[in-house]
Amino acid sequence: MTARGANARFYVALGLLGGLYVVLIAAMIFADLFFTTPDDLWSRLNSPEIRYAIKLSLVSCLVTAVLSLWVAVPLGYLFSRTRFWGRPIVETIVDIPIVLPPLVIGLSLLILFQTAPGRRIEETTASRAGFLLTYLVTPTLIAIASVPLLRQFVPRGHGLLYAPAVALASALVLRFSGLGAEIEAPLQARFGTRITFQIPSVIIAQFAVSCAFAVRTMRVTFDQISPRAEQVALTLGCTRSQAFWTIALPEAWRGLVSAGTIAWARALGEFGPILIFAGATRMRTEVLSTTVFLELSVGQLEGAIAVSLLMMIVAVVVLVLMRTLGVRGGPA
Amino acid sequence: MIQIENLSIEQGAFRLHEVSLVVPTGKYGVLMGKTGCGKTSLLEAMAGLRPVVSGKVTLGGCDVTELTPAERGIGYVPQDAALFRTMTVYNHLAFALNLRGIARAAVRLRVAELADWLMITHLLNRRPVGLSGGEAQRVALGRALSFKPAYLLLDEPLSSIDEDTRGSLVELLNGLRKSAEVTVLHVTHNSAEADRLADVRFRLDDGRVVAEG
Repeated sequence: MTARGANARFYVALGLLGGLYVVLIAAMIFADLFFTTPDDLWSRLNSPEIRYAIKLSLVSCLVTAVLSLWVAVPLGYLFSRTRFWGRPIVETIVDIPIVLPPLVIGLSLLILFQTAPGRRIEETTASRAGFLLTYLVTPTLIAIASVPLLRQFVPRGHGLLYAPAVALASALVLRFSGLGAEIEAPLQARFGTRITFQIPSVIIAQFAVSCAFAVRTMRVTFDQISPRAEQVALTLGCTRSQAFWTIALPEAWRGLVSAGTIAWARALGEFGPILIFAGATRMRTEVLSTTVFLELSVGQLEGAIAVSLLMMIVAVVVLVLMRTLGVRGGPA
Repeated sequence: MIQIENLSIEQGAFRLHEVSLVVPTGKYGVLMGKTGCGKTSLLEAMAGLRPVVSGKVTLGGCDVTELTPAERGIGYVPQDAALFRTMTVYNHLAFALNLRGIARAAVRLRVAELADWLMITHLLNRRPVGLSGGEAQRVALGRALSFKPAYLLLDEPLSSIDEDTRGSLVELLNGLRKSAEVTVLHVTHNSAEADRLADVRFRLDDGRVVAEG
């Protein structure tokens, strides 16, 4: 037998073994596709309940992805670049949501918000959301937005140090100009809510699981970027923070996109923690994954299939996006 | 003058014990030694990138042992060039100048001057991906010299490039040596390179530095 023939037989054998799985997935998708018609699919997706679930899913997944990146970038960088006491313990804690059954995470969140601190947080978000958004979140956003401008005028490396002063000044201006009082009431009316079994609980449940995957992705990303370039930047005059912002973070952009996409996709597919912690109330805490459950529970198989197909399309779009960007959890 | 006095470094099983050397101002020092003997660690400690257990690093009579890498004002070229993958060559050469808040026109002038000297003017708009080893080392050298440091540390800058390119880079470094504007410590294990460039030679052997003249 020729070497070429032996190689071909080997690869065909591998293809047959692995191909069974590919066939299974493809068969599942086609079975769903042929179960419904385009007209039926459209009419099901146009129902007010499912449209609400689509809207809430898109918003909550986006917020979850942003929050996950907010945590994953610093934590991934710390895990990758530093050796501190207790690091294995912290890493294990961060990995817990990856291995825990999703229902347990939902249950644990529910228990957490039954404790005294949890109840206090709920009371605060219900009665003081407008105040917090006006005098804490708004000044913080103003301070973050002003950092590039600050860098032009303050001494080198001190731009970030001035940000808290800008935040404080903004809060004082809001408070004493009367502008704060004007925006506080509508913000309270719009966002003042308890957490459990309300929209915030959907986001927290999604975040609790998705963030762990984002942290892992960012850690791998920073592991694959040599710290040498940052060290050179330090010798050129950078502070550690400048080296991070100008060298490490731009080099990690593909990993950043990957971590955000993974967090978004994980959030979209999350079901167990949402069911326990947020409930599955129609037109309130219903997201796409809970819609499948709710439609099935009332015998609406067509509705469940329609939402399933929609989620499959979204999954394919996410995968294509990730592959187009050449992202496999690695750096640029 | 670059002066190291009784410098000790420890990292895991690796240990460099009470190393001392002096490179006089404006001279070109070459440090040789076997692979893994600690040459790179010594340069990193001098640049402030590696903690020292004991000893002193003095630059121009000033003790910089406790200073940050930025405060030492040393130009550093690592073995792998370590270029910034998202930046153009122009931005590499302008990086340290922009950090120092130098006016844009002056930055452009300095970058043009460096690029001309290093013969990389045609690469200014390129990113590091696709640059040859020699081109990458020229960019790394330009980046390290851009802010006109008084001291330059070179970690085997010619080790991974072909013979022809090495010849032209040695000529560049020789020009730097003759100018005597910067005090250099160049790490290599290539004797021919050392013969061509060294004003002072050292050998790192069994954790000790021996001056060779």
